[in-house]
Amino acid sequence: MVKKTIHEINAKIRDGSVNVVTAEEMVDIVAELGPEDASREVDVVTTGTFGAMCSSGVWFNFGHSEPPIKMQKVWMNDVEAYTGVAAVDAFLGAAQLSESMGMEYGGAHVIEDLIRGKSVELHAVSHGTDCYPRKVLDTSLALADMNQAIMVNPRNAYQKYNAATNGSRQTVQTYMGSLLPNFGNVTYSGAGVLSPLSNDPDYRTIGTGSRIFLGGAQGYIVGQGTQHASADQFGTLMVQGDLKKMSTDYIRAANFTGYGISLYVGIGIPIPVLDEEIAQATAVTDADITINILDYGVPSRDRPVLCQASYAELRSGCIEINGKDVATSSLSSFKTARRIAAELRDWISRGEFFVSMPVENLPADSSAKAMKETGGVSLVSEIMSTNVVTIDKDASVYKAAKIIMEAEFNHLPVVSGDNLVVGIVTAWDISKAVSQGKFDLVEDMMTRKVITAKADERVDVVARRLDRHGVSALPVLNNEDHIIGIVTSDDISKLFARRH
Amino acid sequence: MKVKINISSEIVTKPILAESIVETGVLLNVSQAHFDRSHGEVVADVLEEHFEKIRHALVSRGAVVTRLDTPIELNEDECVDCGACISVCPTKVFSMDKDYSLLVDTSKCIQCGTCVEMCPHNALALINNKHA
Repeated sequence: MVKKTIHEINAKIRDGSVNVVTAEEMVDIVAELGPEDASREVDVVTTGTFGAMCSSGVWFNFGHSEPPIKMQKVWMNDVEAYTGVAAVDAFLGAAQLSESMGMEYGGAHVIEDLIRGKSVELHAVSHGTDCYPRKVLDTSLALADMNQAIMVNPRNAYQKYNAATNGSRQTVQTYMGSLLPNFGNVTYSGAGVLSPLSNDPDYRTIGTGSRIFLGGAQGYIVGQGTQHASADQFGTLMVQGDLKKMSTDYIRAANFTGYGISLYVGIGIPIPVLDEEIAQATAVTDADITINILDYGVPSRDRPVLCQASYAELRSGCIEINGKDVATSSLSSFKTARRIAAELRDWISRGEFFVSMPVENLPADSSAKAMKETGGVSLVSEIMSTNVVTIDKDASVYKAAKIIMEAEFNHLPVVSGDNLVVGIVTAWDISKAVSQGKFDLVEDMMTRKVITAKADERVDVVARRLDRHGVSALPVLNNEDHIIGIVTSDDISKLFARRH
Repeated sequence: MKVKINISSEIVTKPILAESIVETGVLLNVSQAHFDRSHGEVVADVLEEHFEKIRHALVSRGAVVTRLDTPIELNEDECVDCGACISVCPTKVFSMDKDYSLLVDTSKCIQCGTCVEMCPHNALALINNKHA
């Protein structure tokens, strides 16, 4: 049994005798020596990841102007930052879009420009107070001009992430990139063998207070990230670090066509090898980590899972979906993840970076809830007309025309003797029948394929059905298939007009 | 060589391509085609020695013909070697080296521009296709 303490490992870092390897190198070491000898041999395993992390941003303190201003709204290069805090503090979100350039430029680009040493145009407005009289401010600031620029990323370094494909007939533009129709490609993200949380899945050494590599500088883990779902191995981290010390090698703005802006963030986390269990965990390979492949062609929170694949299979460049070979693309850079793990390894070997134990562990069994929605969910029963007039299939076209004129609506459901809907007739159908000289029975000119709805269905679902079938009304049926109402596109328009 | 043929909305319903091929006997190998209400755009391969002939036939019918002689260009300063471009390319221009650096074989490029849209880092550009 090997037991090491964090102090013993840090003493070795100090005297230069520490043995540090990357998580990729650790795979072979554990395979060769076994976990016990590997844990004796290796003191620290370094991980790394470099991918799109939208939930990122920077807290700035701009310094006080003369006369001072209590900013109420502030823009950096025309990208709005949140300043609903003290006078000259603001949080710039990476995914916020420029008000003039839209998806071309956003918070992530401001962050990258600042690291590159460029100045940004700061514009702020205020109502003016006795203590902060100024109402408008315009200036140009570089990173060196700010008091603080602290990157605080609410959700980074997903333990693993679902892969994406598209089963619909059109290309969809997503935060997982362009997804080609009919399962034309698969995109995925994550460093697999080098993924920080996948190398410490029980969060024994990664937690609140852990010192990490963030964007090329030393940073810290604040705690669990938002949407941390450890029960499903979808752990996330909230991290912070000093933007002034970061490098554009590891912080890069990104544009996803049709989706928007994100920030590529480089994170490396050292895992102190305290015992053989930790050594074993850090021997995880790409083949050991399996993820779901979801159909992003379905525009819903609950996208269908088509199949599963390991990072090893995804990295091979091709996987099989429904018997067809589909090309895969990584969105995160494995090359940069390797560079981060190697750089962190070198920092520790050179005695420039010390490892730490968490002051608080990450939650072990948490899951992410779906949103509770109280407003805006309307059901068909709330908007349908219940005084629906029907016509018998054996009635004449003349009678149908008369009913439509008298009742002043366009859709007349056709019923059979047992009150089941067998067709639908519209004013247009009647015009067509008349133009063709057919004046016989309703049954001969009705539309037989009737698209229907249920009273407890959601209006948005039914609206999509109307659109898909190119019709403007649906008879509403009960469980016995008897007609209880009718819902039209007019009803939906009125609902929408009321709400907005 | 590759050519791009743009057909404006006024003449999009006429069989310009077919007429030009029949008239000149020059074969076009169409690698991509897009038509909508506003315009039509076709990218095709044609032998260099036949280019002038087919160009003349197409232009006389109102089409705009552009030579596509510059394949996709990679800006290495912007590229982070993620490989997002790999899976959208129809001709396997992109691949990963053993050390996970992006490899680009521009000789395979048909200049469709799909990778330009895909690249999250604006590292890919098609000079010819930008404004035709």
